[in-house]
Amino acid sequence: MAKPKVATASLAGCFGCHMSLLDIDDRILKLIDLVDFDKSPVDDIKEFTGPCRIGIIEGGCCNEENVRVLRDFRKHCDILIACGDCATMGGIPAMRNTIPLKECLDEAYLNGPTVYNPQKILPNDKELPLLLNRVYPCQEVVKIDYFLPGCPPSADTLWQALVALLGDKPVELPYELIKYD
Amino acid sequence: MSTTIKMTIDGKEIQAHPDQTILQAADAAGVYIPRLCNMKELIPHGSCRVCTVRCNGRPQAACIQPVADGMVVESNTPELTEHRRAIIDMLFVEGNHYCMFCEKSGNCELQAMAYRLGIATPRYPYQFPHRQVDATHPDVLIDRNRCILCGRCVSASRDVDGKSVFEFVGRNSHKRVAVNAESGLGATALTGADRAAGVCPVGSIIRKRTAYAQPIGQRKYDHQPIGSDIEAAGQK
Repeated sequence: MAKPKVATASLAGCFGCHMSLLDIDDRILKLIDLVDFDKSPVDDIKEFTGPCRIGIIEGGCCNEENVRVLRDFRKHCDILIACGDCATMGGIPAMRNTIPLKECLDEAYLNGPTVYNPQKILPNDKELPLLLNRVYPCQEVVKIDYFLPGCPPSADTLWQALVALLGDKPVELPYELIKYD
Repeated sequence: MSTTIKMTIDGKEIQAHPDQTILQAADAAGVYIPRLCNMKELIPHGSCRVCTVRCNGRPQAACIQPVADGMVVESNTPELTEHRRAIIDMLFVEGNHYCMFCEKSGNCELQAMAYRLGIATPRYPYQFPHRQVDATHPDVLIDRNRCILCGRCVSASRDVDGKSVFEFVGRNSHKRVAVNAESGLGATALTGADRAAGVCPVGSIIRKRTAYAQPIGQRKYDHQPIGSDIEAAGQK
């Protein structure tokens, strides 16, 4: 029987959650025995090759590209996990949510104390995904099945959740593995 | 006249003094009832409602309800736990709680309560309200993003320090903690040594230059859930 497939993505995140997944030490060899990776930065597969058992999403949605990827994950993954504080509550990127988008852009590209931008250009290339009005936690965009809080969730948290889900068991994390920092 | 009365909490028979509240009697008997606004040295005022129990079948805030002989109290039931979860969920989405960089993380009572209740993420949509930070005081700062309006600072400043530096203003979602000086906290009589500067259950009022003193793994709620001390005392 083919191994179940896992896909991962980093949206508006810092890749810290992916680093935490790599931090499972030698259990990474067991992980490779348990699953194949589909679309993921881990193997650099850019588009889904088919349906996946588990999708792991790091980061919330700050632009239209994030929304497209997240919806693509929901379409292809049986189980979708919001992994880390950015995915579950917006995280550091969501600090802009209390400030209008125009003010954020002006501060970053025009008014900031270290900005050098003599032509006063705001990034507007067609290749750049449009920013959303604010940063959205994943569950406000698609249905999310499991939440793993933490910044990042510890390697043990990720491992225990993955092993439980791959074994069709409920995710029951002990006290010390649910942390918000 | 007898100086003790008998009552039950979750079926456990305990003895209490007639002048105690349910919460005090439960603490003394080693039964932890979750709470946020309550603090031993302050006058209880029942604002957070996390300590709500069923008292002879009726919902009551355990921190303000006096005990009575033969009282039957239910606290650790699925219904009340769900009710507590809902309150904690709402507190998280109604403020801006960035635990990942908060100075109080690991020692925060709101965070610890969420951990104890096993909350992975709140069920409600985040509000992302616009809140003010006041860093005008040399030794203390207020970050209202983290405030849960428990009122501890208000009563500590009024009843312990005798200064009434803090007070609530506004209603509903506009309610916030104000200070009694127009230009901000720095112009009030508050000092860093005041009780009011040290009672905040979250990271809203914090003393400057005290942050991140304990490494991760050695903070108050890193290994033991909030309330474990009370429960451990009850098992002796």
